[in-house]
Amino acid sequence: MIGKADQIFVILAHWLVSFLPAVLQHAAMVLLGVVAIIATFPALFAITVLLERKGLGRMQNRYGPNRVGPYGIFQPIADGIKSLTKEDIVPLSADAVVHFLAPVFLVVIVFMGYAVLPIGRNMTLVNMDAGLLFFFAVGASSELSVFMAGWSSRNKYSLLGAMRAVAQMISYEVPLLLSSLAVVMITGSLSLNKIVDAQNQYSHGLPHWYVFTPWGFAGFVLFGIAATAETNRSPFDLPEGESELVAGYFTEYSGFKFALFFLGEYVGMMGISGLGATLFLGGYSAPLQILGFIPSWIWFFAKIMLAMCAFIWVRGTLPRLRQDQLMNFAWKFVLPLTLLNLMVAGLWRFMSEGLLRWVVCSAILLLAYIVMGRAGMKSEHFGPRSYRYAE
Amino acid sequence: MLGEGILKGLGETARNFAGSFVSADRLTTIQYPEERAAPIEATRDFPFLVYDGADWEAGLRCVACQICEKECPPKCIYIVKSTDKKPDALGKPQIYPTRFDIDISVCMSCQICVEVCPFEAIKMDTEFELSTTDRFGGLLYDKKELSRSNDYYHKIHPTEAAEVDARLADEKAKADAKAKAAAAAAAAKAAAGSVAPKPAAVSAPAAPAVVAAPTVKPSEGEKQG
Repeated sequence: MIGKADQIFVILAHWLVSFLPAVLQHAAMVLLGVVAIIATFPALFAITVLLERKGLGRMQNRYGPNRVGPYGIFQPIADGIKSLTKEDIVPLSADAVVHFLAPVFLVVIVFMGYAVLPIGRNMTLVNMDAGLLFFFAVGASSELSVFMAGWSSRNKYSLLGAMRAVAQMISYEVPLLLSSLAVVMITGSLSLNKIVDAQNQYSHGLPHWYVFTPWGFAGFVLFGIAATAETNRSPFDLPEGESELVAGYFTEYSGFKFALFFLGEYVGMMGISGLGATLFLGGYSAPLQILGFIPSWIWFFAKIMLAMCAFIWVRGTLPRLRQDQLMNFAWKFVLPLTLLNLMVAGLWRFMSEGLLRWVVCSAILLLAYIVMGRAGMKSEHFGPRSYRYAE
Repeated sequence: MLGEGILKGLGETARNFAGSFVSADRLTTIQYPEERAAPIEATRDFPFLVYDGADWEAGLRCVACQICEKECPPKCIYIVKSTDKKPDALGKPQIYPTRFDIDISVCMSCQICVEVCPFEAIKMDTEFELSTTDRFGGLLYDKKELSRSNDYYHKIHPTEAAEVDARLADEKAKADAKAKAAAAAAAAKAAAGSVAPKPAAVSAPAAPAVVAAPTVKPSEGEKQG
């Protein structure tokens, strides 16, 4: 079943490495993988930015960029050249070293996450037993980079943005971890490869993806919410809320450093999408057994791009939250639901297979969702806004 | 239920996204350099000088009364009066501006110059593609650059231009009648020395007939100059 096309990059790498002496082969193999990742994901970043600008435009009944090249497809190149040629301004009172290190650190961090992601069959750079742990450990340090940027800029907006970012990222780190913990509980492994293998099975031609189980679906939605907040994406983009904070923690960045932040943000988004796909959407496995002939890495990238489109769609739809709403949502809604989801996952694991566990697990989650939603909306006075004096 | 509004919103944006590919009237953007919006008659940006006839220099309506220069709030108009008189489009000898400069980098498009001009000589243009590489000289327009024919005025502001033309024709007719009456009176006076001139009463209501009521009378402007 594993075709040549599926393993093309693995074969290519082995062939390239075979020209080197045996001592260097292992190191060269790793280096090749790193280079491939560093080359691929910025390219995807360019495509995503274009997609986002065009897609958001269409959602707002505009054209989006359509000047540079046919249908504006060379817009990312123009943007890249622009940011490269722009003046790099460092504020006089800024901590120059930290100011310089922050974007570099962010980019390094987000790329490190890809080390453990299974991009395709036999295409994991480092097949770590605790891959998930590594991903989260590395991902969590992006907060440090954000705070470095905010603190070193010596700008009140930067600092406020950084403060918000740290508060938000730490708050949502918890549900992010807890929602993926359900997957670890069911699989019994922290290794991302094993998690994909567990989902890469088919019965009646349909995959065993975790998203097609009650706890998996709930976990996926909660993971998606937490991931959106974790990557500072709209509607959780308070740290860079341009209406109140200019640009948040990267207010004082210009030129290529700004571009690096931008790159880091998107590559981080793609990384966390890749993780979500790995955990819940079967990683590189095909959505139907009969589609298994299509190379595994195509499926992985398709899932990442789909997740990016979802991010764009959400960004085009939802307005930004307020800081207290953000925190209430994390601690009072998402966190209890993830904890409940852990219990449901345990229940699922120990109930015998059949319709009953489907009904029970779905009912528990659905009930909790409705009750908590009702309660939350009642206390927050959501719904149509009433005006006291204006009407 | 919680999340209902989010789904509704997602549906709305999805409809917009898909609809923008299907129905052209959703995309209201006019792609500017290639496509242009239909000219809007009421639009205005910077003033220009109207001339009658074919020759811009001879047909300029401006008589250098300098009212606009004095009224201009940001003082962007600079006029030098001529010392001699030249016949205008109607053949009447008039003072003319030897220099008439407008610095459009200073102009704030308030249209006050147009409102105070008693000679309908300065009007607002609609041309907006005025970018230049020289922000001082390139934005300081002299008499020649400011001159536009009456036909051009008719093209950009048809309604207003028709009103102005009607008003000018009316004034001209009255002036002619007055001149004729004066000539007749002079002739009568010459014929019979002691007879009082009666036809002067015909031209009495001449001034109130002006519709848009320029507040300053031409004679005043000349006095100030």
